[in-house]
Amino acid sequence: MLTIENLHATADGKPILNGLDLQVNTGEVHAVMGPNGSGKSTLAYVIAGREGYEVTAGSITYQGRDVLAMSVEERALNGVFLAFQYPVEIPGVGSATFLKTAVNAARKHRGEQEYDAMEFLKLVKAKRAALGIDDGMMRRALNVGFSGGEKKRNEMLQMALLEPSLAILDETDSGLDIDALKIVADGINALRAPERAMVVITHYQRLLDHVVPDKVHVLAGGRIVRSGGSELALELESRGYAGLGLEPSAAA
Amino acid sequence: MSAQQDAAQAVESYAGERYKYGFVTDVEADSAPPGLDHDTIRFISAKKGEPEWLLAWRIKAFERWLEMEDEEPAWAKLHYPPIDYQDACYYSAPKSDSDRPKSLDEVDPELLKTYEKLGIPLQEQEMLAGVAVDAVFDSVSVATTFKGKLAELGIIFCSISEAVKEHPALVQRYLGSVVPYSDNFFATLNSAVFTDGSFVYVPKGVRCPMELSTYFRINAANTGQFERTLIIADEGSYVSYLEGCTAPMRDENQLHAAVVELIALDDAEIKYSTVQNWYPGDAEGKGGIYNFVTKRGACRGANAKISWTQVETGSAITWKYPSCILQGDNSVGEFYSIAITNNRQQADTGTKMIHMGRNTKSRIVSKGIAAGRSDSTYRGLVRIQPKAEGARNHTQCDSLLIGAECGAHTVPYIESRNPSARVEHEATTSKISEDQLFYCRQRGIDEEDAVALIVNGFCREVLQELPMEFAVEAQKLVAISLEGSVG
Repeated sequence: MLTIENLHATADGKPILNGLDLQVNTGEVHAVMGPNGSGKSTLAYVIAGREGYEVTAGSITYQGRDVLAMSVEERALNGVFLAFQYPVEIPGVGSATFLKTAVNAARKHRGEQEYDAMEFLKLVKAKRAALGIDDGMMRRALNVGFSGGEKKRNEMLQMALLEPSLAILDETDSGLDIDALKIVADGINALRAPERAMVVITHYQRLLDHVVPDKVHVLAGGRIVRSGGSELALELESRGYAGLGLEPSAAA
Repeated sequence: MSAQQDAAQAVESYAGERYKYGFVTDVEADSAPPGLDHDTIRFISAKKGEPEWLLAWRIKAFERWLEMEDEEPAWAKLHYPPIDYQDACYYSAPKSDSDRPKSLDEVDPELLKTYEKLGIPLQEQEMLAGVAVDAVFDSVSVATTFKGKLAELGIIFCSISEAVKEHPALVQRYLGSVVPYSDNFFATLNSAVFTDGSFVYVPKGVRCPMELSTYFRINAANTGQFERTLIIADEGSYVSYLEGCTAPMRDENQLHAAVVELIALDDAEIKYSTVQNWYPGDAEGKGGIYNFVTKRGACRGANAKISWTQVETGSAITWKYPSCILQGDNSVGEFYSIAITNNRQQADTGTKMIHMGRNTKSRIVSKGIAAGRSDSTYRGLVRIQPKAEGARNHTQCDSLLIGAECGAHTVPYIESRNPSARVEHEATTSKISEDQLFYCRQRGIDEEDAVALIVNGFCREVLQELPMEFAVEAQKLVAISLEGSVG
């Protein structure tokens, strides 16, 4: 599904990724862990195509296509979803309106009939309850005044409705209390499917107690330095990055 | 009755002048030749079969206008070449069918594309594009039923020309009572040459059961250039009036100068909503409409309320300040505005709230959006007169910039002559952030749609003030107006 080879990338001219390789197959959930400044978010942004992040070498192939040649929205419409670490506020735009616009853009792209307001509300109703999102939250302006937990749950709702082929979750667990973490984890697990792959970027092991990954990678200094099964996350948890010989400062 | 005396005097003094200038223009002609003199005024008045008092009023306005040569407003942040007023045409009859397109196939495809985007039904497209339609189309029959219903309630809704004939006392009493013929350069010009417009009278205690729209008025076509509208809400009545159309209308006249007067008596309420989408000119600003509008409402009675809502997206030049004179105690004035400029458009718009009565309140919400190389200015005056004990105003003025070559300006004037008044002013200027655009695009929403979404969110407070059916169309219009402003 996703093949990254020898990826070098800069953010605002500063080299961040230095020869990263990653292979994610359909149906798999991969965790990417690493200390602060190791390049985790940069990896997510480069896959999604954010401006300001320049690929200087290497390749990203998704479903056999060269991702780097696609625009941001083309990637999204072809099933690449990024759950943001810091979801953006858009004043005056209702969450439901935003979501409907996004879902209809995808439907239009697939040549399907766009949902009208009633059909859409029905669809949302079925998905939002599991994430503990009430109608009131759907009416509020997107992410404006949302708590950290509300923002992340809203990201999960967007993911559930857009049904991506490849979901990249950028520190979705950060800033969540235990209850919210459980809700978000359940949301992720509900979307695990044989036709879908996920890359879960996280700093801590605790999300991985609930979302058990097929593979775990450790990112440091802009490269994957170790890969293993879910037990690698537990090893990291007990020994720390330093215990693996990865000083955060050295990694940056 | 001093107005009548004035009128009588004027008639006398011009009776002689008529001879002096001769009466050379052919009344049978469909159009007056370009240019403006006493004859042009007489031609217009004669064409409309007007009474002497109205002709006298027009002449008075015209003579005042001649003295105003140096008073064409130059204070607005607008730049345009000098207008040759003698080069304009001040009266032209509606086009005959043979001059009009026979079907939509003959209409500019660009225009049709816009209609399609707005989701306008075929029949309405034909009407808007000026296609010669021989069958009686739906809106006429709708309008007839509609008029019957209004008549039952005693509501008068007709063209101002018709009102001059059918309800002369009302017209004579109120015309020019809010915007005097000598008010300002453009209003004075309008007073001299106005061609048509709407007239509404809602009797005491009547709540008008539907939105009154120019769209439903028969013969509404071709009144756009020098439109004159007069709305009177008698004691305890309510009316909501919609002006304009989200669809771009075909119009060959570049110069527009409309006047709208609203009068709300005790406990009456008038809600006036406008969507203005005249031709803005091409990307370089060539050929767009110059729109110089004087709109003013008077809350004459206690507890009266006047609310202006406008969505201004068209015209090359917009000069417009819908205002409220809050005379009655406890009266309320509101101004909700969205002004969008793109390419080379220039808008200088805002409001005036003149607090005269006790405990009068006003609220101003202005949203200016500038893109391309356009300029958008909010200019507003809040004046608290000495007797306006306990007056309150809240002004919120937000500007949104798209791109790096446009400008947004806020020019608020506040004059308070009563120490008990409370006047609040908030202003913000922002740009659409890269973060917002990236977030939308990552959800599969392309850049243009993302901008439309963000801008609609920015305007939400104002869009909410529009009547339902208008609001949906206005949202689409916001999107269309900003096309080509990004990427």
